[in-house]
Amino acid sequence: MRKYYTRIKQIAGNVITLKASDVGYEELAIVEGAWGKSLGQVIRLSNDEVVLQVFSGTRGVSTSDRVSFLGSSMRFSFSQNLFGRIFSGGGEPRDKRSSLTENLIEVGGPAVNPAIRLMPNSMISTNIPMIDVFNTLVEGQKLPIFSIPGEPYNELLARIALQAEADVIILGGMGLKYDEYLYFKNRLEEGGAMSRSIMFIHTASDPVVECLLTPDIALTVAENFAVSGKKVLVLLTDMTNFSNAMKEIAITMEQIPSNRGYPGDLYTQLASRYEKAVVFENGGSVTLMAVTTMPGDDVTHPVPDNTGYITEGQFYLKGGWIDPFGSLSRLKQAVNGKTRDDHRAIMDGCIQLYSKCRESREKRAMGFEMSPWDIKLLKYGEAFEEKIMKLSVNISLFGALDLCWKILANFFEPRETGIRSALCEKYWQKI
Amino acid sequence: MSLTAHIVTIYGNMVTVKVEGAVRQNAVAYCNRSDGVKLMSEIIRIRGDLVDMQVFEITRGLKVGDTVEITDELLSVELGPGLLGKIYDGLQNPLPELAEKIGLFLKPGNYLKSLDRDKKWQFTPIAKPGDKVCASERLGKVPEGIFDHFIMAPFDLKGEWTVKRIVEKGEYVVSDQIAEIEQDGQIKTLNMINRWPVRIPLGVYAERLLPTQPLITKQRIIDTFFPIMRGGSYCIPGPFGSGKTVLQQITSRHAEVDIVIIAACGERAGEVVETLREFPHLPDPRTGKTLMERTIIICNTSSMPVAARESSVYTAVTLGEYYRQNGQDVLMLADSTSRWAQALREMSGRLEEIPGEEAFPAYLESSIARFYERGGIVRLNDGRISSLTIGGAVSPAGGNFEEPVTQGTLKVVGAFLGLSYARSYARRFPAIDPLDSWSKYSGIIDQEKVSWAHSFLKKGRSIFEMMQVVGEEGTSTEDFVTYLKAELLDAVYLQQNSFDDIDAACPVERQKYLFDMVSKILSHKFMIDDKEKARDLFFTLTEHFRNWNYSAWASKEMKDVEEKIKACFV
Ligand SMILES: Nc1ncnc2c1ncn2[C@@H]1O[C@H](COP(=O)(O)OP(=O)(O)OP(=O)(O)O)[C@@H](O)[C@H]1O
Ligand SMILES: [Mg+2]
Repeated sequence: MRKYYTRIKQIAGNVITLKASDVGYEELAIVEGAWGKSLGQVIRLSNDEVVLQVFSGTRGVSTSDRVSFLGSSMRFSFSQNLFGRIFSGGGEPRDKRSSLTENLIEVGGPAVNPAIRLMPNSMISTNIPMIDVFNTLVEGQKLPIFSIPGEPYNELLARIALQAEADVIILGGMGLKYDEYLYFKNRLEEGGAMSRSIMFIHTASDPVVECLLTPDIALTVAENFAVSGKKVLVLLTDMTNFSNAMKEIAITMEQIPSNRGYPGDLYTQLASRYEKAVVFENGGSVTLMAVTTMPGDDVTHPVPDNTGYITEGQFYLKGGWIDPFGSLSRLKQAVNGKTRDDHRAIMDGCIQLYSKCRESREKRAMGFEMSPWDIKLLKYGEAFEEKIMKLSVNISLFGALDLCWKILANFFEPRETGIRSALCEKYWQKI
Repeated sequence: MSLTAHIVTIYGNMVTVKVEGAVRQNAVAYCNRSDGVKLMSEIIRIRGDLVDMQVFEITRGLKVGDTVEITDELLSVELGPGLLGKIYDGLQNPLPELAEKIGLFLKPGNYLKSLDRDKKWQFTPIAKPGDKVCASERLGKVPEGIFDHFIMAPFDLKGEWTVKRIVEKGEYVVSDQIAEIEQDGQIKTLNMINRWPVRIPLGVYAERLLPTQPLITKQRIIDTFFPIMRGGSYCIPGPFGSGKTVLQQITSRHAEVDIVIIAACGERAGEVVETLREFPHLPDPRTGKTLMERTIIICNTSSMPVAARESSVYTAVTLGEYYRQNGQDVLMLADSTSRWAQALREMSGRLEEIPGEEAFPAYLESSIARFYERGGIVRLNDGRISSLTIGGAVSPAGGNFEEPVTQGTLKVVGAFLGLSYARSYARRFPAIDPLDSWSKYSGIIDQEKVSWAHSFLKKGRSIFEMMQVVGEEGTSTEDFVTYLKAELLDAVYLQQNSFDDIDAACPVERQKYLFDMVSKILSHKFMIDDKEKARDLFFTLTEHFRNWNYSAWASKEMKDVEEKIKACFV
């Protein structure tokens, strides 16, 4: 039967050390004491010494607490019964319903063979013009939202989740404030999406390192749905909290940090999660959107920096809108050539003019004289921000393209837009 | 010949075993997981009876006490006909075949033969019984793609051997015996497969030469301003999203070389998919075959095991050296060497070595240097000249070039193509910064002319910076025109549209022609006293030149645009 160990040798940070035998690397353990129960995972084996990372933290753990090993690494139940359920960041029911035990699957398994991946090629509509028109989101893409704390990034995620036509929505919350959790729950319920959603919620009041499990469980479930042909949208918020939990463990393990205290494998750790985004031949896919808050609005901070090197572009949320310059969907070329013939032209044209408008604003701020052209640009910029850029705008792609033409026509002559004349002839009159 | 040992420590992908008997540094070992799966590993440190190994798979499930088989063979690759067109992981497992065998996921412990054992090759003997052969000498040949693939005597042969027997012309699979050689009564039977340890440079040649021949990439900014050489080396550092991968993809398509080896090292799987789905359908203009037939992809992307990522660049470079040995001009592209360096760093941390800057190991620089040194142009023993050119992308943390990997690389490469965030932000692609980048080589256009043109870029930048302070009003018209000239050179020569069928690749002749045309504008004294007029004129000129870039060589369209350009300033 299960063997219990009751002699913990060392407790430091969120890590405990004990003597035990026949334990597998990354095997799960349960640590039980007067304060409760926690999952632990083997992170180092040396002779008969086992080092465990304790997901609920070690506060109150006694050297005589009981440790037992489960004989395998983390597993999670995978079935249709997951729909509508809410779990903790560590996979325990949070909705007062029973735990699931059928069809246990390995969490955080091996990578997909690159040779069987397909190239992403269908658009995901969000009805947000700054995404649909200018930086189209593509099924199977991995894209972070870079944001300073305080921007409405969770609102943006919830909106995309409701709008996207995904078969399955999986939310992984890491260090969420309780009201943010309720907000997501209410939005999904109101939007009638709860029955195709699964939530893994680690809140700010839960033990910090427990959120290390959250993306892995969420993505494993997602991957399995995708293998069975489902289109899955995974939302992770906030990956900076996840990275900070990793930093805590690394420091306890006395790893030499590479950059501002973060471990040298931060890139690899983040990449192995983000790379779960995939399109399979059977039509199944995982699309991944993740919030990365940037401490001090600093993109060179190790978390956004490493993320940028991993993902296929990024949305910069700045001053309440998706900044058209820092944002980039690297996969947009794969889809925006086949939506409508004016899509790419509008995408380039409107942004170039808006960028010129910003230059004019700078000139104005420095006290240089405004030419009639500058004044046109300034007026255009205001209209563009109000009608297109604002996050509250909610229109379809074609609606947004039409609206862009209308705004252009309001302020410019066709030749001033830099858009090919054939397109101007086709769309200028129409609107 | 193998030895059995037992695991005593497991920490991440590092395992320490206790051994009795002789072990060899960098030998391959297999950890036996209790469910019967064997995980390939490599010995990386020996301390008394304790041996540290890096495991090329996730170590989940391994236990202290599990047995380990230690072989005497160094981590090696299979070399022979049939490498071209393959997609391998970092340990040379063919990925499509692996998918057929085990499905969607890369389950640990599955290793396949690198070379197809069933494919028949048309073998023609070259050596005759009685011939004396040395290492790397040609025994016979098979056609592979558009080349003769020579079947060479083992590269580690010592001294002269006598051919005892060689098979007749005919069809053989790679594992068929094709020859027997003898030295002092010792006999070796040979097939078409050579093996070579990846960490040891492979090079049997008469001499190494100085790189003098430009390697044409058909990118104007490279070939003209920052040339790279056959057998030389270069690096492409740049912040995320600045265009390193796109630039390597363009180069892998258009470069004038025989063979391209792409090492996708710790980057996105999706980018490899793009290459492997598109290359089989893209024609190679030099041969009329598809690009895939001159390409080998070594793919150890970011979510694949880290230790295999570390060895993947060596696998790639060894394949490159092999085709150089075969007489080809090879280009090897690694994206990104920073991920390789990070793999080194991870392992060094686990070994508890004393860290250097940013926790990279102290030997980082020498490892980088040794890697790039494996490139080079050589004269083979039979007089043929062949080359291996190495280009590595570098992904510096925070986009700051003052970090160990970039700095270590800059010390050893012949050209530095630095990508800047500012240029990619302004969508000036390829985003190679013309003021920071350098090349030690000379390219397709006379050095003096190039420096003269380059001086406009410098002047243009300082005038632009001046204008930021004093405004256009405070700038003289003469300076303003110089600035516009620099902008023109940038817009129509440095920038190149990789999405346009024609502009994507600019051959040498066309580059020279365009360079002369643009030079005429640069040296022309424009009699303009009004800035608006000057801006207008250069706006028009830029437009014409762009159209010129988009029009087919020697077409009527091209001639028409040239007339329009001339009309602007004569
Ligand atoms: N030559 C080019 N022409 C047009 N667009 C380009 C070019 N180079 C880069 N881009 C644009 O920039 C994006 C990012 O380029 P790329 O993927 O090559 O960046 P990278 O430097 O490799 O980034 P990372 O370090 O994150 O891998 C591309 O998706 C494309 O939109
Ligand atoms: Mg890249």
